[in-house]
Amino acid sequence: MFDLDRWQEIFQTISKNKLRTLLSGFTIAFAILLFTLLFGVGNGLKHTFEKQFSSDAANSVYIRAGVTTKPYKGLQSGRTIQFRNDDGKFINEKFEDEIQFFSPNVERYNVQAIYEGEHNNYTVRGVYPDYQPLESAEIKDGRFLSYLDLKSKAKVVAIGRLVEKDLFGNKNALGKNISLDGISYKVVGVFSDPGGDQDERFIYTPFSTAQGMYRINDELDRFGLTYNPKLTVDQALEFSNLLTKVLQEKHNVDPRDQAAIRVQNYAEGTKSVKQFMTVLNVIILFIGIGTLVAGIIGISNIMVYIVKERTKELGIRKALGATPNSIIGMIMMESIFVTAVAGYAGLLIGVFTLKAIGKSLEKYFILNPSVETYVVVGATIILIIAGTIAGYIPAKRAASIKPIVALNDE
Amino acid sequence: MIRIEKLHKSYPIGKDFLHVLKGLDLHIKEGEFVSIMGSSGSGKSTLLNIVGLLDGHDTGKYYLNGQLIENLDEKKAAILRNKFLGFVFQSFNLINYKSALENVALPLYYQGMARKDRNKVALQYLDKVGLKDRAEHLPSELSGGEKQRVAIARALVTNPKVILADEPTGALDSTTTHSVMELLKEINREGMTVFVITHEEDVAGETDRIVRLKDGVIISDERVQKKAKV
Repeated sequence: MFDLDRWQEIFQTISKNKLRTLLSGFTIAFAILLFTLLFGVGNGLKHTFEKQFSSDAANSVYIRAGVTTKPYKGLQSGRTIQFRNDDGKFINEKFEDEIQFFSPNVERYNVQAIYEGEHNNYTVRGVYPDYQPLESAEIKDGRFLSYLDLKSKAKVVAIGRLVEKDLFGNKNALGKNISLDGISYKVVGVFSDPGGDQDERFIYTPFSTAQGMYRINDELDRFGLTYNPKLTVDQALEFSNLLTKVLQEKHNVDPRDQAAIRVQNYAEGTKSVKQFMTVLNVIILFIGIGTLVAGIIGISNIMVYIVKERTKELGIRKALGATPNSIIGMIMMESIFVTAVAGYAGLLIGVFTLKAIGKSLEKYFILNPSVETYVVVGATIILIIAGTIAGYIPAKRAASIKPIVALNDE
Repeated sequence: MIRIEKLHKSYPIGKDFLHVLKGLDLHIKEGEFVSIMGSSGSGKSTLLNIVGLLDGHDTGKYYLNGQLIENLDEKKAAILRNKFLGFVFQSFNLINYKSALENVALPLYYQGMARKDRNKVALQYLDKVGLKDRAEHLPSELSGGEKQRVAIARALVTNPKVILADEPTGALDSTTTHSVMELLKEINREGMTVFVITHEEDVAGETDRIVRLKDGVIISDERVQKKAKV
């Protein structure tokens, strides 16, 4: 219930007792400010790591074939293993549940690309449309390759941002035709890739197009896939071991032969990154909770002090007819009001400070330091609740002592 | 107005009890001007606190305005205090961050009266004690006598049945003592029951009836022989 008279009474106590308002307000504002800053900086560190390890999909697996190093089942060592289209089909069927995205891959290095006199050499990759999430490539302009392109062996390409820059300057490459080793391809899309300059100098063309152009029959170079993100790191490692085993069987490779079938699973690396992130998260959480606890203790102390300081005043009020509930209500409303306003102020200062200094922290591996709104608002609410409880206990005590005892308090 | 029968009160001191009031009987009628006299430790402040519902009693009966006071919780006590009693303390007990007017208006706030109305009523009472021009002053800007007069205005503002004054002149010099007592007398003449606690003979002499307390019992209770008015 909104009682204007009561609020007027509270505003008067707040404004006429600046020191204690300042004390409690400062404690709350400072706690929230610290919380926001520490949390923000922690998140900034986290963002940096996320960026470092996000150049490729974290759950990606690459499979390459090589030369056998051990004789097996009457076959000599030194035999070259060649992947073909049926290997792709085989893997896909065998691991339907585990695989999320899948793409075979044909790669051609040093392809000369020409557009209106500008030329340069690039790596051309023939892939499925599914390859895009594997590389974490982001389409800037146009589209990536489609299944229709794949089916029709269309002479289309999606080029990296830097390819566009090299060949087209500031002009738009979309819809233009470029020549790759003398054959004309239409640019259907331009992509950027968080993996850096190298990854942004690739040219992607439909797998079927590249296979027809650069390979004999249905030979191919490698497979790329991402596993189901629901798999745990251990399950993912088990999956790639099994994958290696079935491919070794299929191609009659000694299970101990490390070179002939090479399955590269990012899960191994992901595991340590994840562990590191977990530790970082725990540290951030610990700091956050620590700051909050410090704030709660601070506001509790101040509330006890405030009520103690006001004991005599409360005694006078009681002698004049204040009921215990009105005393408790007054103290609590004052405490809630001060904590809410101060908490909000601290929150705003913190968020703006992070915004203001965010850029300059990038050289300290702190990227985009920010705090989720619900986190700070939650923290503020926790402090307000703590302040309320911290105010309630001494207020209840003060309201229940006999007025004569309160009056004699000096 | 106030009737006390066989009132006992003791305070715990460590493991023992200090028996302060030992079976008091007292009857104060409406409109009386009574003083309780006694040296310190005689139990007079304890008596006033019990009468003022600031403290409870152990055994015996206490009727305030015909109502038996027993099993009083703090809420009921607060309402009764607000309705029937006005307090004047030795140390004034004004709230130091509120102006004279706001101090006087505070009991009305606890009655739920609107701000505008209670300020109007409070100003009337300040006028009555001669401090209308001091309404916006803080207690720290007032002299001792003025503070006590503000406190009296505050005690009067709810139009209570009884004014309870605990050493109202204890912190004042003789001139201001006289003016405060004159004010109390005037209030009494208007029909208010006034109950003063003091250890000063002069102050007690200004009242109509003196009750003397010693070691928790009443040793005398007599009417003051008024000097013939000159």
